[in-house]
Amino acid sequence: MSDPVLDRLAVRFEELLPAGAVITDPVRLRTYECDGLTHHRAMPGIVVLPETAEQVAAAVRLCGEYGVPFVARGSGTGLSGGALPRTDGVLIVTSRMRRILEIDLPNRRAVVEPGVTNLAITEAVREQGYYYAPDPSSQQVCSIGGNVAENAGGAHCLKYGFTVNHILGLEIVTPDGEIVELSALDPGYDLLGAFVGSEGTLGIATKITVRLSRTPEAVTTLLAAFGSIEGGGEAVSAIIAAGIVPAAIEMMDALAVEAAEAAVGCAYPEGAGAVLIVELDGPRAEVEHQFAAVERICRETGAFEIRVAASAEERAAIWKGRKSAFAAVGRISPAYIVQDGVVPRTALPEVLAGIDRLQEEYGIRVANVFHAGDGNLHPLVLFDDAAPGEGERAATVSGRILDLCIEHGGSITGEHGVGVDKSRYMPKMFTEEDLDTMQLVRCAFDPRSLSNPGKVFPTPRLCGEVPGVRKGVHPLVESGRAEQF
Amino acid sequence: MNAATGPGAALAAAGVTIRPAGPDDAVAGVAPRWVALPETTREIAAVMRVSAAHDLAVVVAGAGTTLHWGRPPERCDVLIDTCCLNEILEHEAGDLVVRVQAGVPVETLTEALAAKGQELALDPPLAGGTVGGLLAAGLAGPRAFRYGTARDLLIGITVVLADGTIAKAGGKVVKNVAGYDLGKLFTGSYGTLGVIADATFRLHPLPAARACVVWSGPTLDEILAAVPAVTASQAEPSAVELDRPAPDGPRAVAVLVEGAAAAERARAVRDLLGGEARIADEPPRWWGRLPEPGFVEPGGPSGGGGVLLEIRTVPSRLPGLFAGALARTDAAVRGSLASAVLRVALPAETDPAAAAAFVSALRAELADEGRVVVLSAPEPVARRVDLWGHVGGLALMRRIKDRFDPDRRMSPGRFVGGI
Ligand SMILES: Cc1cc2nc3c(=O)[nH]c(=O)nc-3n(C[C@H](O)[C@H](O)[C@H](O)COP(=O)(O)OP(=O)(O)OC[C@H]3O[C@@H](n4cnc5c(N)ncnc54)[C@H](O)[C@@H]3O)c2cc1C
Repeated sequence: MSDPVLDRLAVRFEELLPAGAVITDPVRLRTYECDGLTHHRAMPGIVVLPETAEQVAAAVRLCGEYGVPFVARGSGTGLSGGALPRTDGVLIVTSRMRRILEIDLPNRRAVVEPGVTNLAITEAVREQGYYYAPDPSSQQVCSIGGNVAENAGGAHCLKYGFTVNHILGLEIVTPDGEIVELSALDPGYDLLGAFVGSEGTLGIATKITVRLSRTPEAVTTLLAAFGSIEGGGEAVSAIIAAGIVPAAIEMMDALAVEAAEAAVGCAYPEGAGAVLIVELDGPRAEVEHQFAAVERICRETGAFEIRVAASAEERAAIWKGRKSAFAAVGRISPAYIVQDGVVPRTALPEVLAGIDRLQEEYGIRVANVFHAGDGNLHPLVLFDDAAPGEGERAATVSGRILDLCIEHGGSITGEHGVGVDKSRYMPKMFTEEDLDTMQLVRCAFDPRSLSNPGKVFPTPRLCGEVPGVRKGVHPLVESGRAEQF
Repeated sequence: MNAATGPGAALAAAGVTIRPAGPDDAVAGVAPRWVALPETTREIAAVMRVSAAHDLAVVVAGAGTTLHWGRPPERCDVLIDTCCLNEILEHEAGDLVVRVQAGVPVETLTEALAAKGQELALDPPLAGGTVGGLLAAGLAGPRAFRYGTARDLLIGITVVLADGTIAKAGGKVVKNVAGYDLGKLFTGSYGTLGVIADATFRLHPLPAARACVVWSGPTLDEILAAVPAVTASQAEPSAVELDRPAPDGPRAVAVLVEGAAAAERARAVRDLLGGEARIADEPPRWWGRLPEPGFVEPGGPSGGGGVLLEIRTVPSRLPGLFAGALARTDAAVRGSLASAVLRVALPAETDPAAAAAFVSALRAELADEGRVVVLSAPEPVARRVDLWGHVGGLALMRRIKDRFDPDRRMSPGRFVGGI
């Protein structure tokens, strides 16, 4: 299935890039046909593995010259199909850009290439008492460039915020192949903030300056088992109402606990309708104070067992079940959909009741895992792909969970992004005007729509020329009808 | 122009309160012709549609505390006064989220939230401002070190574009990555992209306790030597502020500790600073305010006389800066040693050429590692300097402006690169 344009482009890439950096062999291309959302697949036309920003820029310019779309890819762990390649396009992979360029502890920052993994940053500074705060569960493999593109979160973003709150500077290659430096110090529009979370549609990040945070003095992790999910929910509300902002509050329902038990033998308390994990960190005196309050609240709201981690090992044991939850449901179900929706915390009980009703209505089981502190749900919709019709029913349930989130004033994605997976839900959350306005940003960066087209937004839109742009002094000023000082 | 069909008539017919502008309505000396007082987002849109049809330039004003910052608008036909957009639309305490109209005074919001034991953790350096103004000017205060700035706490926004389109982005949940974050673009945009109609913020519980460690009188060298250990300390201060009214006058550093066990943590900070530091319940009087000669009373005469700068850099550059350009003038300095954001004021009588040379010297000293922005300056100074200095991505910013406001009718000329 050779495409003459891509063939010519491949030759140009070969001239431009180091040996072995251009992949056209179908067998090797197949490695890149999907990201973490494995049911969307497409063979990339060409894969390139640049080593420098200049090479990325040159590759992007070449794509522009041939009018061929390109897609950036980091580690390919994305769960919304953001890095799904284009058969008629080029996949630009950052896996050869893995250098940590600078660590600057006095100014609490590090400068890294986009292919560096999230965890590698923390590992580079841990001994000096620092870390990189955003901690997606995929942090061992996911790239910082992918984190920037998705505005990745993690269990601890309740207290510390998301990727966007920890990025101090970016070097980007714009969709027309220019290298631009954006700094949090710069006056002007917050392009840095607009770029983070743009899912590869505004260009490719080639250098990233991250904020480093001080490792907290004390960490306390507590696991509380409740008879029901309502009990756990009540505890969460009471903790927040007490003015405590824990580093993390995670909840799992009975089915999710069952799966985790089957997969990793996490030995959570038996008979729990819900398990709550609360982690407090910060100055020792503050943590001790808050911990007493959290423990009391859990008892008062009906926890029948409370475990407190006394060591790093015990903490890891508590987290083990939660961290393995996504993969673990594979043990209790042949197939599953990982959903990612958000609701205002106060709407959690109603939304969970709604999910229960959906389970009954469709005869589909849902295991609930969530970042309870910020209302970010990860329902795992279980199904048997061999049973006729079950996959469709599961997809319907999954979609209707998003409807529930929207009805309750929430969002269709808290951290996994829109990608290809959820673009059709965007019009449910946003009006046509909202989407048109977002498109203005897209058109400013990428008027030809070559950078990851078909992602995020439901229908391709043309940018067109900017109507009636006036440059320089306004005619009214010139004619003296308006004054300018 | 025919009075019955001209812009005045069209504005009057838009169903929005309009009054003819008076001399007091001038924006940095540029007099508008009308003042519009919309009460709802739809009313803003009505004003904007008429403005689009009649090619009217629009400037938005909250309380006007920073209206003279930046360059004066190239033209201004309609001043949109947000005073009547003054409703707190939604405050769900259990969600730690508030949605407010742009014209709500920051102080009103603060009181309403405090009644529920919560706060919007921004401490704007000017009293009397509105939420919309705070956002549009992108002003931060001492506790930005801990909580971030307005862009970090904003989770949703409704804006009205130059052509009257009403658009929103984000939402009312803290965690949300659906679509582009327009709120980031509008924060600090000086009204050049459109009108901010309402904003939704993430809140924090009011800290259980707070204590402030104040060290008055040390030399700057002593302060700069002690501060890195404080900033990095496990006592986790929320802010570390310097007050240096003059190069050789009295100076002080104050460190705020918030939350449980604040007193104990404050003692740890005091030990790091040394014996002369004292622990107080509240920060000193100068805390979080602009340095004195540059301080402009809300509603006061635009310009305010003095020159006000903002330096944004990294902590390691501070000693060089104080030993260099900042030592050589009569500049008053206040700001965060933790975030390395300082505001510098020069007295009104400063010679314009000397002020311009001072700005250049600061920029030269910081080079790549910092920015110096002239927030406000009298015209003779403003004419001599580039107010904004280096702006990374300016070409992209122009393209954004061109898309949002192709006719350049929103606060034209006020912002970076003459946007
Ligand atoms: C088991 C598992 C657990 C996960 N847990 C979390 C979690 O807790 N929190 C969370 O937020 N996410 C989580 N994720 C999702 C995923 O890991 C994140 O979205 C991550 O940020 C993706 O990084 P990546 O390098 O794999 O990016 P990819 O999947 O390669 O790409 C993701 C998107 O980023 C774009 N992109 C990649 N690199 C660049 C670049 N340099 N410049 C511009 N655009 C670029 C791509 O085009 C694509 O749109 C999880 C995924 C898995 C599989």
